[in-house]
Amino acid sequence: MVDVLVCIKRVVDSSSEVVLTEDDQAVDGRFAGFTTSAHEECAVELAVRIAAATGGTASVLTLGDADATEQLRSALAVGCTAATHIVADAQTFGPADVAREIAAVVRDRGHDLVLLGNDAADSGDFQVGIRLAYELGRPVVNGVATVSVEGSEVVAGGDGPDGHETYRVPLPAVVTVLEGGVEPRYPTVPGRMKAKKIAIEERTPTAEPSGPKRVRLLLLPPQPSDVQILGKGAEAAPAVVDLLERLGVLAR
Amino acid sequence: MANVPATARVVVIGAGIVGNSLVHHLARLGWRDIVQLDKGALPNPGGSTGHASNFIFTVDHSREITDLTLDSVRQYQEMGVFTQSGGFEIARTEERMEELRRRMSSARAWGIEAELVTPEFVKEKVPFIETDQFIGAFWTPGVGVVDSLRAGTIMRESAMATGALTVVPTVEVTGMDVEEGRIRRVHTSGGDIETEYVVIAAGVWSPKLGDMAGVSIPLTPAVHQMISVGPCPQLAEREGEISFPIVRDMDTFCYERQHGADMEVGSYAHRAILHEPEEIPSIEQAKLSPTEMPFTSDDFDPQLEQAYELMPELLGAEGAEMRYAINGLLSLTCDGNPILGESLVKGLWTAAAVWIKEGPGVGRAVAEWMTDGHSEIDIHHSDIARFHPHQMRREHTRMRTTESFIKTYGIIHPAEQYESDRDQRLAPMHESQKKLGAMFFETAGWERPHWYESNAALLEEYGDAVLPREHEWDARWWSPIINAEHLRMREAAGVIDLSAFQILDITGPGALDTVQRTCVAQCDVAVGKVVYTPVLDAKGGFLSDLTVMRLGEDHFRVVTGGAHGMADRKTFTDQLPSDGATTLTDVTDDVSTIGLWGPRARDILASLTDDDTSDSGFGFLTCREIRVGDITVLASRISYVGELGWELYVPMGDAAELWERLLDAGAPHGAVPVGIGVYGTTGRLEKGYRAYGAELDGERSIVEAGMQRPKVKAADFVGREAYLAQREAPPAAVLCTLTVDDHTSASGVKRYMLGGEPILAPDGGTLTDGHGHHPYVTSAGSAPSLGKHVLLAYLPPDQATIGNELAVSYMEELYPVTVGSVDATGLFDPANDRIH
Repeated sequence: MVDVLVCIKRVVDSSSEVVLTEDDQAVDGRFAGFTTSAHEECAVELAVRIAAATGGTASVLTLGDADATEQLRSALAVGCTAATHIVADAQTFGPADVAREIAAVVRDRGHDLVLLGNDAADSGDFQVGIRLAYELGRPVVNGVATVSVEGSEVVAGGDGPDGHETYRVPLPAVVTVLEGGVEPRYPTVPGRMKAKKIAIEERTPTAEPSGPKRVRLLLLPPQPSDVQILGKGAEAAPAVVDLLERLGVLAR
Repeated sequence: MANVPATARVVVIGAGIVGNSLVHHLARLGWRDIVQLDKGALPNPGGSTGHASNFIFTVDHSREITDLTLDSVRQYQEMGVFTQSGGFEIARTEERMEELRRRMSSARAWGIEAELVTPEFVKEKVPFIETDQFIGAFWTPGVGVVDSLRAGTIMRESAMATGALTVVPTVEVTGMDVEEGRIRRVHTSGGDIETEYVVIAAGVWSPKLGDMAGVSIPLTPAVHQMISVGPCPQLAEREGEISFPIVRDMDTFCYERQHGADMEVGSYAHRAILHEPEEIPSIEQAKLSPTEMPFTSDDFDPQLEQAYELMPELLGAEGAEMRYAINGLLSLTCDGNPILGESLVKGLWTAAAVWIKEGPGVGRAVAEWMTDGHSEIDIHHSDIARFHPHQMRREHTRMRTTESFIKTYGIIHPAEQYESDRDQRLAPMHESQKKLGAMFFETAGWERPHWYESNAALLEEYGDAVLPREHEWDARWWSPIINAEHLRMREAAGVIDLSAFQILDITGPGALDTVQRTCVAQCDVAVGKVVYTPVLDAKGGFLSDLTVMRLGEDHFRVVTGGAHGMADRKTFTDQLPSDGATTLTDVTDDVSTIGLWGPRARDILASLTDDDTSDSGFGFLTCREIRVGDITVLASRISYVGELGWELYVPMGDAAELWERLLDAGAPHGAVPVGIGVYGTTGRLEKGYRAYGAELDGERSIVEAGMQRPKVKAADFVGREAYLAQREAPPAAVLCTLTVDDHTSASGVKRYMLGGEPILAPDGGTLTDGHGHHPYVTSAGSAPSLGKHVLLAYLPPDQATIGNELAVSYMEELYPVTVGSVDATGLFDPANDRIH
């Protein structure tokens, strides 16, 4: 019966060209739309699986403006059963602020396991998980792709520089998740309908943001793409095979 | 990849279903040096074609749209990309069932196989549907799905195979040069192209491209939401893309369409979500494609629930997930019709706001139009020339499409009026009309009184002679006051506001030649004569019917209806000599028109003027200036209601005063203000007068309409050769006037047809004319002076005999009708004694 909390963030879908807002303070989502990052989608999937495997519950949390309910509903539609919305302007909350706010919720509720994405897709701070663990005085595992619970231990795994790494830490714990270990499910129609009916708990931040502030975002100049034409029709086949071998797709 | 050529005969912008169809048909019709551009990559450059649901329901209330759809289906079938699935339109309410009965009328009229069926019948073919959710359905077995991208590739490649076409993808149009009113050049990211013709077939981006040449293409990109749910085991076990009929859930504005193992659910029920063409993301900025915008799930949730109730076992099946969800962009226009034809810039054509179901048909029709000046299928309801200035504003399109989006599957009464962006053009007497309790209908932006509540007292006077209607649908957007006004006009006189007339003055040395070349009737008449004339295209189909006044040797005034006035203006402008010495001036906004008709009209006018108004002094079909007190009026003795009287042309500034004087002087004679309900319907139908857009269009001839005169003028005019040939051949159909003999329905309620209904043999059997078409009611309305309900319809020649008894089908019941006239002779006052 593990009580999991998974933390997500409403971010601009970054799968296309990045467009900044006019004040350079945020990524503009009007073309690409908003989403939950791939890391966090995997974290949600893991949370739902752990809850199912242990007969526990998966709750979802976000800190963001009113529109962020869209991402909470998406998580509810794939199996989370409760949601908490800390209503605040995510752009003004730095990683230390966010960690403090999550910690306040976890202290209230006593969630056994907190899952987060490895890093936020828009601001890329890589800090919230570690700061949260520090605030709570819990063990933390960073950047893993699989998470399961065995008894009172969390088993977390992922690829490290020297091979596959497996960590075992006692509950309660904090884990940050990298995409790739699980395939996040799409919502079902009944799931989506159920999600619509779940009441979202709204909270106000416990304190004003005090951590470091963003000055502005900068776009890198577009990387020139280099297209090399390998040939046309059947004559191109040897060149393609050669390239695939060099890339390691085909064995030499 | 091809480079951008430096020159072309025609540049087609866009490689969606429309552009691809167009290049195919242009090449087929002999065009060469065709260059097709698209900013995206092929075969799916990222426009609306790429995310279309690709299904085709064939029955529409509009003949034009239906014909384009049927032609498209035929073309898709020839290309082998059409899969027949059948389709249901289901009704959850009795009101919708009635609409489906009306849809049966259209199906019969257009000759499309369809039937009304029970929920059990639907369940037989769609086993995963819940029958307790609906009460009946409209079944069209010929519904199917197409591969529109494949079709596009086939058509593009067929044009390339002839050597006529160069296709250049990933090249963006950045500008266009117009010189002396003609398109000359297209600027692209790959270089400039000198060209004689350009066709904008760029879907949602068309307005942006039109702006480059100073042309308004008034469509708006709008969101249509769609999700795909799967894999559904019930679907996965079947082979192929589609094996179950498509379901349109009409009352929830949703559809469910199988696509392999997935079920696509599309919706038109959400709020109208409109975008600006300039704000559509670029290909690089877009996540999927520029026209597949991020899904906004909150808008869709209510529809999801309704779809789930209809198909819970399928949409809730184990493993079925929402794998794809978009806010797809499509093009909407202020009146729901496409935007086709040559713009006000010579050589710059448009083919936009077209759905997959019409694409190939539109491609063929526009290509024919570009080649011959006319198309086999009449597409004038979609002519870009139809737009008046107020309709060219983006704001107008936004407001009207916001209002109409929710009606995509709506029940729309044939007379239904828009609510938004009204009061664009107000007659000078508008305030007076408001005080008289006018019920305003809109035509070409003008607010026109359809009837006046101030005449309600006449209802008692005329009793049942006003032919009251019991059924709410028949009486919607209608009032028995119209018929009371009619009777009073025939008994005394009526004063009618005709400010919506489009008035065009043609002056200069080439004026006579311009008018003569455009019009069928002899216009080389004495100054002061009035001529009523058809206007034809080269194949002898109607472009218009209108009146021409000769105001001077080199001065003609053309008067035509507002609805079609802008297209007529283009027709005449196109005939002006190029030397510039002859000009066309649109005086619509400077001149107001008031009609005065009825047996007392002469007494009323005579009481206001010292000029001669006697029959000998002011003959029928003549016009001249008269003085009404201090107001100068151009009076024209003509009638569209079959009564003695005049059209009075007066400067806008004097019109309100003249209106008051006519009403004041008329009152002692029993005259009342009379609305367009009389002018456009009851007065007209009693006289068998034809109307452009109803009886007359590009697919009808003067001979079929029974409007031929004994002689044809010697001077040349557009369509002359075709018209002479038509006169030699027996007609394939004959326009007839019919009366309804018994209105009693099975329930005992008397029903009154509104137009569009099929005419059948007395036993309900199908009739077919020489074109292979089935007769339908082109106009319907009361004939109060006859005590009858009158219908106009083109009948097969062997059915066109006076006294012939036939039937009209209305809401799936048959009513007996009798042919009363087989030519233009009016049922009322057939000898036209009353106009003298």
